[in-house]
Amino acid sequence: MGTELELEPYLERVERAEGLEDIQTLIVALRDHYHIAHIVYHWVSSDGEQYGCGTYPPVWVQRYVDQDYLRIDPVVIGCFQRFHPVEWKRLDWSGKQARAFRADAIAHGVGNQGFSIPIRGPNGQFALFTVSHDCSDAQWADFTRAHQRQLILIAHYFNLKALEFEQNRLQEPARSLSPREIDTLTFLAMGYSRGQVADMLSISEHTLRAYVESARFKLGAMNTTHAVARAISEGLIMVGSATRGAAGDWPGRSAPRQATGTGR
Amino acid sequence: MLRYLHGNQLDAYPVLRDSMFRDRATQFHDRLGWDVTVDARGQERDAYDDLDPLYVIWEGEGGRHGGSMRFLPTTGRTMVNEHFLHLTDGVAIQSPFIWECTRFCLAPTAESRVAAALMLAGGELMRAFHLSHFVGVFDARMVRIYRLIGSSPEVLGQQGSGRDMVAVGLWEYSHASRARILLRAGLSSDLSEAWFNRAFGQETAMQAAPLQMSA
Repeated sequence: MGTELELEPYLERVERAEGLEDIQTLIVALRDHYHIAHIVYHWVSSDGEQYGCGTYPPVWVQRYVDQDYLRIDPVVIGCFQRFHPVEWKRLDWSGKQARAFRADAIAHGVGNQGFSIPIRGPNGQFALFTVSHDCSDAQWADFTRAHQRQLILIAHYFNLKALEFEQNRLQEPARSLSPREIDTLTFLAMGYSRGQVADMLSISEHTLRAYVESARFKLGAMNTTHAVARAISEGLIMVGSATRGAAGDWPGRSAPRQATGTGR
Repeated sequence: MLRYLHGNQLDAYPVLRDSMFRDRATQFHDRLGWDVTVDARGQERDAYDDLDPLYVIWEGEGGRHGGSMRFLPTTGRTMVNEHFLHLTDGVAIQSPFIWECTRFCLAPTAESRVAAALMLAGGELMRAFHLSHFVGVFDARMVRIYRLIGSSPEVLGQQGSGRDMVAVGLWEYSHASRARILLRAGLSSDLSEAWFNRAFGQETAMQAAPLQMSA
């Protein structure tokens, strides 16, 4: 596992990244370089918005959001209060939910080993950079020992980029949505399908798509899910508790999916 | 013994927690006369205690606080970057390899080896997590204490002079001094490793650098 990475050219590529798609490409390249199962960058804001880039199978990403695993994932819970790199083995997996979550993750190919680097950014921003693999404890210890410093550096470079993207977004003029756009995003955030939302608003799905598209554009979001997450985080729409309602987006997924907030 | 505790773990050690915050009041408010907030229970806390910092605490007899310090990553919110930028020409010190160290405190009754033990712990954190430096704010009266324990910082910037001096300093990691500090703390390398390992589940010598056991 893992020869030494030529760090400088790699970090230069990170610096040149212009969007999450570039970060995604860089993560795949890094994973392939290390010959490990997965690498993921995961942003979790204090209001529950999350998004990520990485190599997890889209099915697992979808399942993570659908099952609301963010709320029970020992990696997220454990790392949120720490700022040093964390071995997954050291986290509290004793609870029934945590054990079931771990089994599910392994079944989805995440790997039996993991190492996460919590990142604290300005104003309470939080992100996680994670590498995972399927191997023995000894092999994994060798890998993390050899690459820890490099991984910390790369993790923070990714985060700086994410913050830069975020700042570009925040510096845009204050956004406002029309009442129809707000209705649309609110119902999508509550978990209704496009067809259902169109029915509830007495409009065609075609028209609904136009509302979604304009809202997406105004919010500078890449797709519907992202638009919903942003609308929630900016307080443009309100759905239950923000944490439950927010939905994340993962570049590289095959098709845009429905918002998964439950609105319970 | 040395304990490494995150903010959210403190409540599991109420005696240690309360005596630490009381000793902090004694040192920073009563003795050094800093403008800090002491609550009705005689405990000194500030906003950074709410950010889940990492505390390194020497636990003495009866589970009481013997000495401590507090760490936060400089990529997040820190005292230096939020309140003392004027001492560093407005340059925010931010790096994943630099942590802020504040509230270095010794209990009034602490033996001299406690300060050395805390220094040792700082070194263990640096060694394990590849940290190059700690950054922190200190005043004139701390200069003597740091010199006494053989850990004087490099001054990045300061204001005032004499007793009114306030400075931002950098402590660099020195691998060579570990053996010397172990001696002064009266602790074995294995014991220190064991305490660290219990808290973090890893050896401190992650980078597998050869140990210079010159002392």
